[in-house]
Amino acid sequence: MEQLIKELESRARTLRYRIVKMIGPEEKGHLGGSCSIADVVTALYFHKMRHDPKQPKLRTRDRFLLSKGHAALVQYAALAECGYFPLSELDTLKELGSRLQGHPDMMKLPGVEANTGSLGQGLSIASGMAAALKLDGLDSKVYCVVGDGEMAEGQIWEAAMAASFYKLDNLVAILDRNGLQATGRIQERFNTNPVREKWESFGWHVLEIDGHDFAQIIEALDTADQVQGKPVMIIANTVKGKGIPFAEGVASFHNGTMTQEQFARACQLLEAEECEGR
Amino acid sequence: MKELNPRVVYGETLRSLGEKDQRVVALEADLGGSTMSCLFERAFPDRFFEMGIAEQNMASFAAGLAIEGKIPFIHSFAVFASGRAYDQIRQGICIGNVNVKIVGSSSGLSDFGDGATHQSIEDTALMCSLPNMTVLEPMDAAETEKIVEAAYRHQGPVYIRINRNDLPILYPEDHDFVIGEPVVIREGTDLVVFASGVMVSKAVSAANQLAEMGFSLKVVNVSSLKPLNAERVKELANGVQGIITAQEHSQLGGLASIITSIFKGDGRPIETIGVADRFGQSAKSYEDLLQHYGLTEEEIVASAQRILRR
Repeated sequence: MEQLIKELESRARTLRYRIVKMIGPEEKGHLGGSCSIADVVTALYFHKMRHDPKQPKLRTRDRFLLSKGHAALVQYAALAECGYFPLSELDTLKELGSRLQGHPDMMKLPGVEANTGSLGQGLSIASGMAAALKLDGLDSKVYCVVGDGEMAEGQIWEAAMAASFYKLDNLVAILDRNGLQATGRIQERFNTNPVREKWESFGWHVLEIDGHDFAQIIEALDTADQVQGKPVMIIANTVKGKGIPFAEGVASFHNGTMTQEQFARACQLLEAEECEGR
Repeated sequence: MKELNPRVVYGETLRSLGEKDQRVVALEADLGGSTMSCLFERAFPDRFFEMGIAEQNMASFAAGLAIEGKIPFIHSFAVFASGRAYDQIRQGICIGNVNVKIVGSSSGLSDFGDGATHQSIEDTALMCSLPNMTVLEPMDAAETEKIVEAAYRHQGPVYIRINRNDLPILYPEDHDFVIGEPVVIREGTDLVVFASGVMVSKAVSAANQLAEMGFSLKVVNVSSLKPLNAERVKELANGVQGIITAQEHSQLGGLASIITSIFKGDGRPIETIGVADRFGQSAKSYEDLLQHYGLTEEEIVASAQRILRR
């Protein structure tokens, strides 16, 4: 387990490094929300999920969707590191004609399961996928990351009702609870709390973890496998911008711009940690 | 003329598709008794999803089912199916060309009693503006069956406008519906009317009236609003003096706009019949509403006379 956690921590640093490099200096990019969920995404792609980069449409794979589609960078980094497409393609992010769109596009990039980005919709799509898998008698899981700002969308609660009504225990939602929406603290701007009670009252099995602690992440994902008759919500308490000191907990880095200096500092830090980790 | 209800035939057709193909699933937002998805529910309860009164989730949920290989038909009144779930259709269905069939029932003014909130005279505009979307409007129950089967065979999103009320059967029995192709319902030489839905039967009545006056009106059914074979449309207007369009829809963004843009620069007069830029309202009968908004055979005859007098 210790060895696994070390490996995953190193992977997560690499993903954050790729995210920083993809955005680059003096360019806008969704740094904060990509870094807050980076550890969960790492645990899913490099440990938990059954998937094969060589057969991205394999029927028996587990599915991963970002309902908060603006965190696409972390998924792109994970997919490239897994070998879904060449790492060099990460440099084409948001370029005209690139497969790496500002928000995930299933038509363009292998490994992307649905078009998300208009907030509130991904959890419904994930629920429909989970329902189809049940109809077909497959035991694949559908993992779906939801944002805490996104919880203000009414459709999230429509999906919450539908998934519990249809007993979609093959659906695991992970709430990236970083406490910040684009314009400030969720508690002050538009409070979506209390979170746990809401999901429980909607009929979900709720777990709550530190979203940057791999032991807790792995344990929660394993616990989710045991739950029957209910969808699972893992509330992952996270820090927006995690791993990038100047961006941690800073709302403006939701879709922020790094100065040349900040960019250099972030690269240096993540590279140094990377060497240390190995 | 024999009349049949398109909704009932819709429900029966969906049920027979369900018999034929396990991948067909149906989703409903608590209007199954109106949309007639209840027939599918009775036959295949395991492949029927009651989604509650939540059209947005229904559209996205269906996208998920379709991504996994199902062929979902989602149901509501046209106004909610197209409008309430517009963003979900745009983002989760059309951008990814996802194979969801959207059934907009009680389209146009056909839910006469419920008024402006439940009537749908903007749905063609909304749905036609979406890339990857196919938009179909049957003129009667017989064509409804053909159109639903074609929608099922088509790979990609389809929106179908279905009328709530009994409509006269006009569809030629031996004809096979092809997406994109307009169909001549009645030959004519002086003028042509391009019509869809309930307005096709009004156009045929108008053609009868005009014939008594000594004029010949060709009636073309444009049930495939998008895609539409523009070359064929032009060909069908060869030799006529003028063009008329008729749809139970806003003049903006519906058949009026579609046909007018095809004949841009043509020079011949074009008359468009549709709802002027305003909402519907309640009425005691469907015919009262159609009269009030000028969706009548008399209006088609008057349009024809205006062109012929020029």
